[in-house]
Amino acid sequence: MSELAKIETETQIKPYTMNFGPQHPAAHGVLRLVLEMDGEVVERADPHIGLLHRGTEKLIEYKTYMQAVPYFDRLDYVSPMNQEHAFALATEKLLGVTAPLRAQYIRVLFCELTRILNHILNVTTFALDVGAITPALWGFEEREKGMEFYDRVCGARLHANYFRPGGVSQDLPSGLIDDMWEWTENFPKTLNDLDNLLTENRIFKQRTVDIGVVSKEQALDWGFTGPMIRASGLAWDLRKSQPYDVYDRMEFDIPTSQSGDCYARYLVRMEEMRQSLKIMRQCLKDMPQGPVKVNDYKISAPPRAEMKRSMEALIHHFKLFTEGYHVPAGETYTAVEAPKGEFGVYLVSNGTNRPERCRIRAPGFAHLQGLDFMSKGHLLADTVSIIGSMDIVFGEIDR
Amino acid sequence: MTEEDFQAKPTHDLPVVLEFIESRIPHVRGEILKNEIILWTIRDHIVEVLKNLRDHPDLRMQQLIDITALDTPSEPERFTVVYQLLSLAKNQRVRVKLTTDENMAVPSVVSVYSTANWFERETWDMFGVMFAGHPDHRRILTDYGFEGHPLRKDFPLTGYVEVRYSEEEKRVVYEPVKLTQDFRVFDNLSPWEGMTDIQLPGDEKAAQPKVGWKPAEKM
Repeated sequence: MSELAKIETETQIKPYTMNFGPQHPAAHGVLRLVLEMDGEVVERADPHIGLLHRGTEKLIEYKTYMQAVPYFDRLDYVSPMNQEHAFALATEKLLGVTAPLRAQYIRVLFCELTRILNHILNVTTFALDVGAITPALWGFEEREKGMEFYDRVCGARLHANYFRPGGVSQDLPSGLIDDMWEWTENFPKTLNDLDNLLTENRIFKQRTVDIGVVSKEQALDWGFTGPMIRASGLAWDLRKSQPYDVYDRMEFDIPTSQSGDCYARYLVRMEEMRQSLKIMRQCLKDMPQGPVKVNDYKISAPPRAEMKRSMEALIHHFKLFTEGYHVPAGETYTAVEAPKGEFGVYLVSNGTNRPERCRIRAPGFAHLQGLDFMSKGHLLADTVSIIGSMDIVFGEIDR
Repeated sequence: MTEEDFQAKPTHDLPVVLEFIESRIPHVRGEILKNEIILWTIRDHIVEVLKNLRDHPDLRMQQLIDITALDTPSEPERFTVVYQLLSLAKNQRVRVKLTTDENMAVPSVVSVYSTANWFERETWDMFGVMFAGHPDHRRILTDYGFEGHPLRKDFPLTGYVEVRYSEEEKRVVYEPVKLTQDFRVFDNLSPWEGMTDIQLPGDEKAAQPKVGWKPAEKM
């Protein structure tokens, strides 16, 4: 045997199985991926999830409706308020109450702020995954400003617990509207900076264009929602098609893209941020005065000042924060357009103060399932791009 | 009602839609609750029903949004499996339900909607509902080697085992759950809960109140 042939037989690479994560910076949390590789090419990707499973649905069965709200902050921990929104709407539907108009405006305002914060995180960490570190540094500064608004409105930067069935927990502090308006004027500058850094960047495009292409049919078949389905060319947005709260009063567009690759998903998210800014401005401009929670002390707590003087208010407060309110028996599936896609709550009530069942439908669960067909035939490094473009957060996938 | 009528109605009149579905899709019986359409079917027909709902040109339930289950241990068939469908073309949601128990497998609908794969795995993991013909019938959310189905009503909230890293064995070990304090559930239905089974001296007459609160049932 010649020397050359000997080397060739020795260096031939057999198909092998590779373990990716669960402690890997590009795994966006605790994703364990078992990859069957043929050299550098992925043949099959088997995500092992559940490393962050906390039994949220089981825990909620043991909590009153008000105590259940904070669990929703801890699902997708980069878009907490949108998920509280789904639970608040589902509970309101079963209770048969509607939040006052001002509360609806506040909710929409903060949902859109949350969408921007979520998309900044996703777009910049996605860029980080494919090699650009600057967007993350610039984007996180803006995120910090957005979380200051969170802090001012509810006292927490991340786990807000702000939306409640029947409204929001407290009114906006004075001056917040003006400061948010100022932020909406300044933020497009950062957005343009990100745009300049990434959109026409040669390396970024090489890593994302034509990677992880999802066709319309696949997006439907695999239950994709949100930016994942819009990037595949379907203009589907629950804020438009099944509007909740005051979204039917808002004027905004649904960005879509036809190519369905990682780059398209990036572009859709960038444009969604601009549309969210538009909605935020409409909310800030049109927000009426008035109460921020339903005027029914059987559901929302009386003002603290009244509790000091009125015995009745004190009793209501005591009963609300021990027993909670009873929700009439019934069931509903209520979904909202969370930043990652359709976030739904299937709430079953048995007439007591605790839910019989609270099923949480997380968009990321369906998206991650698609990783197998999306990464098939791509290189290992492209799998990282695909995971980055899917916008997965394990809090909501593992629940 | 003709098929054209249905298409001409973007603002859905739910009773009309339900009547339409019941007349076109065999093996379903429907009801409307809270402005949401619920269709009841039985295990053997689920694949056919979902296929028909997806392929009927006037229904086009293109997406399977979710599969989950409800546990009612008092019923003869304790599990209700719930499928949430969505039609993007018609902007209409439909919920399909069927009942089953621990031993009867539900036909898998992975052949109709690919996304059913993980949702069925999760339902198996959490409730122990079996799916016949599922291509990859493994657990998904719980730990490797986990026993039991956590979302069943008879599964305790605290679980059965806890893990810790053992310095002696240099690995993670599983041990039965040890609580430093008994797990307590207060339903808070009465501020005097916890006192309901104690006879206070001088309070004999109040033992059976004619009106007002009832002693809370122990959970």
